[in-house]
Amino acid sequence: MTGTRIAGALLALGPSIACASRYNLQEPNSALGQSIYDLHTMILWVCVAIFVGVFSVMFYSVFKHRKSVGHKAANFHENTLVEVIWTVIPFIILIGIAVPATRTLLHQRDTSAPDLTIKVTGYQWKWGYDYLQGEGEGISFLSTLSTPRDQIDGTAPKGEHYLLEVDEPLVVPVGKKVRLVITAADVLHAWWVPALAVKQDAIPGFVRDSWFKAEREGVFRGQCAELCGKDHGFMPIVVHVLSEANYAKWVGERKQKMAAGADDLNKPWTADELKSRGAQVFAQNCVACHQGDGMGIPGTFPALNGSKVVTGATEGSIATVLHGVARDGKPTAMQAFKQLSDVEIAAVVTYARNAWDNKAGDAISPADVKAARSKQSAAANGAEAAAVMNVAAVPASVAGALASSGDGLSAVVAR
Amino acid sequence: MSTAVHDHTHGHDDHAHHPTGLKRFLTTTNHKDIGTAYLWFSFAMFLVGGVMALVIRAELFQPGMQVVNPEFFNQMTTLHGLIMVFGAIMPAFVGFANWQIPMMIGAPDMAFPRLNNWSFWLLPPAALLLVASMFVPGGAAASGWTLYPPLTIQMGLGMDLAIFAIHILGMSSILGSINIITTILNMRAPGMTLMKMPMFCWTWLITAYLVVAAMPVLAGAVTMLLTDRHFGTHFFNPAGGGDPVLFQHIFWFFGHPEVYIIAIPAFGVISQVIPAFARKPLFGYTSMVYATASIAILSFIVWAHHMYTTGMPVQAQLFFMYATTLIAVPTGVKVFNWVATMWKGSLTFETPMLFAIGFLFLFTMGGFTGLVLSYTPVDVQLHDTYYVVAHFHYVMVAGALFSAFAGVYFWLPKWTGRMYDETLGKWHFWLSFVFFNVTFFVQHFLGLAGMPRRIPDYALQFADFNMVSTIGAFGFGMTQLLFLYIVVKCIRSGETAPANPWEGADTLEWTHLPSPAPYHSFDTPPVVK
Repeated sequence: MTGTRIAGALLALGPSIACASRYNLQEPNSALGQSIYDLHTMILWVCVAIFVGVFSVMFYSVFKHRKSVGHKAANFHENTLVEVIWTVIPFIILIGIAVPATRTLLHQRDTSAPDLTIKVTGYQWKWGYDYLQGEGEGISFLSTLSTPRDQIDGTAPKGEHYLLEVDEPLVVPVGKKVRLVITAADVLHAWWVPALAVKQDAIPGFVRDSWFKAEREGVFRGQCAELCGKDHGFMPIVVHVLSEANYAKWVGERKQKMAAGADDLNKPWTADELKSRGAQVFAQNCVACHQGDGMGIPGTFPALNGSKVVTGATEGSIATVLHGVARDGKPTAMQAFKQLSDVEIAAVVTYARNAWDNKAGDAISPADVKAARSKQSAAANGAEAAAVMNVAAVPASVAGALASSGDGLSAVVAR
Repeated sequence: MSTAVHDHTHGHDDHAHHPTGLKRFLTTTNHKDIGTAYLWFSFAMFLVGGVMALVIRAELFQPGMQVVNPEFFNQMTTLHGLIMVFGAIMPAFVGFANWQIPMMIGAPDMAFPRLNNWSFWLLPPAALLLVASMFVPGGAAASGWTLYPPLTIQMGLGMDLAIFAIHILGMSSILGSINIITTILNMRAPGMTLMKMPMFCWTWLITAYLVVAAMPVLAGAVTMLLTDRHFGTHFFNPAGGGDPVLFQHIFWFFGHPEVYIIAIPAFGVISQVIPAFARKPLFGYTSMVYATASIAILSFIVWAHHMYTTGMPVQAQLFFMYATTLIAVPTGVKVFNWVATMWKGSLTFETPMLFAIGFLFLFTMGGFTGLVLSYTPVDVQLHDTYYVVAHFHYVMVAGALFSAFAGVYFWLPKWTGRMYDETLGKWHFWLSFVFFNVTFFVQHFLGLAGMPRRIPDYALQFADFNMVSTIGAFGFGMTQLLFLYIVVKCIRSGETAPANPWEGADTLEWTHLPSPAPYHSFDTPPVVK
């Protein structure tokens, strides 16, 4: 009677443990995720069974074969048959597990025939998404943590999705095979959404791919899984899985917005327009290190407020943002921001030159940035990647401008 | 010259006349002094690394940033790893090797006594470099102990100090290992064939070969990092055509054997302790030797299981998955043999045995989570999460550290000539056992539910387990102060220990030497039948 009751309790407990995501893998949202989930559950129970078996023997021995109950030690110390048995049986168990594991792995690595291909780029510390192929082709945006700073500092109550919320989520259609081609711009990152069973390192200079096919609509959250510097814990991933109709609608809206919202390269930008656009760009790209008050973090990230590089020669200011800062030929945390548009760079440089206590009083036009960019690409002559973060490859005029700003360069690179 | 005269006039059996205080340890060539220095050094590093762990856990006590900033948090995770691996655990087992190997094989000392002195004295400067790196501009290396580029290329001066520290620590390990290999192969007492050696000596012989093979690989990797950082090379920097993944291959070609460099001597200690307290010879000695050697060899062909998510070809993933799961076979053999040694023994549960059983129980759990992780599709979900953190702490703390505790309690009577306080020893075990599990068991759940490792702040659903883990960590840390007290008390005022306080201990140091063991263990080698 008691036996059946215990067995019943265990049976009830088993599935409840297996399903509660608090104690287990998150509930999968793809067939692949489900097969990984099941594989893990199977391996776990095999391990538990062996563990219980081995340690029942050990604890039996601990209680029955102790000196205090008068047990005399036997003297056997060898048995070839036993050794062979406990070598062969684990081997057979391993083969038993290897079969489904291999099947799942081959499924997992099959990125062929996608309905949609999206390029994912890891930046310090945000994600970039470019829809390369399929419905939505051409859409491109950055995705940044949207949890307000005061929640992190503890001066405001934390929201439900604290640290797992972004300004621009990745949007995909349900039931479609989405292939991700994943890379990084600066250091290693890893794109991971547990429910979609994708974790792929983002490696600068290399492109890797992975895929998922979401089965249900909904919002799915993940995080960067490879240490990438100070804000590694603050670059989450949010995926919105929409119905096909809603996805089509989203694509339509997005394209309209892109057409309307694209910075007009040809229109004449006033200083005030540049400053207000620059404040947005700063909030998206710069604030994590240089802080909202422009004071940076002493000893780690230099202040922009009062910096001679910021308010000095315009070429130097533009070059710093465009190419980043290198010291002794190696990149620093100030990466190149050449992925920003001419307008964005012009805006953010104008903003920094005139924000806080900085009073340069001038405006940088997108044309200046364009000129700096083309001079750069002509000088680099194809060795683009090497030049990105290397002061040595910056054209002499720019380097001269930097040098002319006195100790400004060292102020910027001093960390 | 005067030293030579000094030695000559006093003769070889004069144990009392050697320098005292710090000078004794600076100039000593004696394996026991050097062993003692290694053990105290590693304990000091254990406390330093432990405080860093507590900084990490304090920050993670609650969601939000409270105690440190993210940069410093990353420095703590990096230094905690480097200091615990290279400063605490490895030197601890070299300390055991120094004390025990000469006594267990019937030799007077290590083969190269002066080299031995140097191997030890390389350590403090290296430790100093690591600790000092926290105070240079930009702070210490903050890239994790795995030092993956290109992030490491971004780091400041602290990174260079860490690289030099690793060079020096590696040199120390290699020299120490050469000494151990030479001692074991050349200085065994007459009649002690290799297959009659105590298991501890076997495990160290195998480990020493692993060190000699693996540590230079790490030295190469960090040297390439250094030249990438300062001398214009681009081994790992994609901006110059380098390959960041290459570093991972080289690092883990060292890194996986490193896991066994730490674990195998721990196996050796356990293989001495369990038979002693079961009063029954080690079951399957021969198969234990072969299993250990198999683990060592396999450890060189499984490295890329740390890199399943880098996007290597599926064929490579399959190979590394199959090879990795194979390690479960010899590891299983060892666990089965230990349990069979206990079976039908006459067990008592003094502190060394408690730690050995704790080791067996928890290390096996770490082994099983390792098996879970070895399956590529599952690892893709668990890689770089707290599940991995839990896994390797079960192997490193409940494995290596518990084994080191077992060894200290087991051999303290021989080293000091005094007994430790058994009651306090048992308290130390039970508190360590409970707090260890409070700290690390819940981390399995955190990892499964999706918490990445090396993050200073986390989403709200991870809050309660993190709080539990932090409470456990502080409990575990405090408990180790009790260990310090027990050891000091034993040295100062412990009861006098007999030559062999353990009924079942039958190796040479117990059967042929008084307690404390004389300064030069065996002037004339014992004859082993």
